Amino acid sequence: MKLDRLGALLTAAGALALLTLPFVVFKANRIVPGDPRTLLQVLPAWAALGCYALLLAVAASALVADDARIRLLAALAGVVVVALAAAAAGNALTPPGNKVVRIAPGAAWWVLLIALGLLATDAATRLRPPPALRVLFLVVCVAVAWLALAHGTFDHLSIMREYAVNAARFAHEAARHVSLAAGSLGAALAAGLPLGILCHRVPRLRGATLGVLNVIQTVPAIALFGILMAPLGLLAAAVPLAAALGVRGIGAAPAAVALFLYSLLPIVANTVAGLKRVSHAAVEAAHGMGMTNAQVLRRIELPLALPVILTGVRVVLVQNIGMVTIAALIGGGGLGTFVFQGIGQTAIDLVLLGAIPIVVLAFSAAVLLDALVEVMDHTRR
Amino acid sequence: MRSLANVLRAAALAALLAFLLTPQRFARLFVPFTQYGAPPIYDQGNLLTLALAQLGTVLVAAAASSLVAVSLGILVTRPGGAEFLPLSRTLVNIGQTFPPVAVLAVAVPLVGFGLRPTLIALFAYGLLPIFENTIVGLRTVPAAVLEAASGMGMSARQRLQSVELPLAMPLILEGIRLSLVINVGTATIGSTVAAKGLGEVIIAGLLSNNTAFILQGGLVTGLMAVLLYDALVGLERRICARARIE
Repeated sequence: MKLDRLGALLTAAGALALLTLPFVVFKANRIVPGDPRTLLQVLPAWAALGCYALLLAVAASALVADDARIRLLAALAGVVVVALAAAAAGNALTPPGNKVVRIAPGAAWWVLLIALGLLATDAATRLRPPPALRVLFLVVCVAVAWLALAHGTFDHLSIMREYAVNAARFAHEAARHVSLAAGSLGAALAAGLPLGILCHRVPRLRGATLGVLNVIQTVPAIALFGILMAPLGLLAAAVPLAAALGVRGIGAAPAAVALFLYSLLPIVANTVAGLKRVSHAAVEAAHGMGMTNAQVLRRIELPLALPVILTGVRVVLVQNIGMVTIAALIGGGGLGTFVFQGIGQTAIDLVLLGAIPIVVLAFSAAVLLDALVEVMDHTRR
Repeated sequence: MRSLANVLRAAALAALLAFLLTPQRFARLFVPFTQYGAPPIYDQGNLLTLALAQLGTVLVAAAASSLVAVSLGILVTRPGGAEFLPLSRTLVNIGQTFPPVAVLAVAVPLVGFGLRPTLIALFAYGLLPIFENTIVGLRTVPAAVLEAASGMGMSARQRLQSVELPLAMPLILEGIRLSLVINVGTATIGSTVAAKGLGEVIIAGLLSNNTAFILQGGLVTGLMAVLLYDALVGLERRICARARIE
């Protein structure tokens, strides 16, 4: 029997973490330093030992199982066990009715989660699921997590305590985050596609346009947000209609404009690259069939360039979801609000309340668009 | 065309240095961006020191991430590390969906405020492009070349040193350049956790509603990134040209 090296490495990391690091951290309130606890100290002996036994079984499958499907199922089962163990620890450590104590997952919990996540990722990569299955898998994972959160399974853990305090604002900021990221993408598509087509048709324009857009990319996000505050502020003062539409020096307007500017480069560059990929033969054949320029563009060039353009859309969407975070610094809202508030109060749970949804959003967007690109690329061939 | 690029390059560098060394001479340019007689030039610290601090942070982080990423890239492309290859490629993809602010924010509670969380975030974020390019560079070395090298009696180690790495070098250098340029911009965010850098100037501008400060911080960072990009492209050409002569 051959030992799997990745499995051995991850098992060693997980075991070491469980033995030496705290599984959960108990804080009497939000501010005081935490008190580390192991799983055995928190849960009844049978439950803690049960968790250890289940994790041992997962480790065994990671070490010797050959079938990637078994490895994937085992790793996912491990994630569920670790998540439920933390939830149970939260319930056990919280005195009834007490809303002040904070039970945060400890270092061992995070190491275990990362190790199991890596194990699952490795197995999933080896299985090479088709795009539809990947999307289905993502949907199921998000749905399960959503149901568990809605059911209140994790309500006694510190991040959910922060959520409970900020519940109304959370929905609002999350919606703001998504609409800023997607809205600027939409605007960039509306402007970038024609610009890309123009650059493709007029080669002299190409170098200059891409050069300017490249330089814009090097301006740091927080500076571009700031720089746009002044002209937009002036615009709002000079044009009442703009002000009525919500254009202001601070807030969402400069953030949306900055994101739009950052989004242009990938869209324009990929449109040009995609159109360049279309073979001359195809275009000439279309012309020979009597198609007009507009028809060739719509029926031949754009459909053939679509996968490359979509790759640009993926880059932009993932980048935007990350960058909206910084908009919180200029009052633009979004989930970054919690991140920066958390940094200000050195409250890691508040930081995570903002950061985890951002990562999940960006990751989901990447999976969805990757699947879409793959499907498009496939149907073209 | 070449000479025009050189003139532009020299002008940009001269402007950057002149501004950093004697910022007060440029005060008149920035007055229109201030209100109520606020100072037109950042006055709560030395701009040159801040720019150098930021550059230093970026270079230290980039050196560390280059070392780690190239070593890991070599490791997973050897026969012994092949089991880690599929996972590492997926990880690179997943890693790029993490916004740098999130890395920074999560590092703060672990290591405290200041330089350390910034270094960690820049290091982690800089790993990805270098790692990705190292793997692609090493894996796209033609099989015929590898066989020829083995046929000449080279050991695996010699083959790596004198055949594979030189051939992969252009891509590896490109990865290092990408990661450096991204990180110059990202380093400004480090100022939200009290690391020294030009982000301090931008944030001071945001807080006191002084566009002149924001412009200064942003322009200097942008210029540094463009010049760095340019310098690295030149360096890459030189290194690759030399590799070809040998």
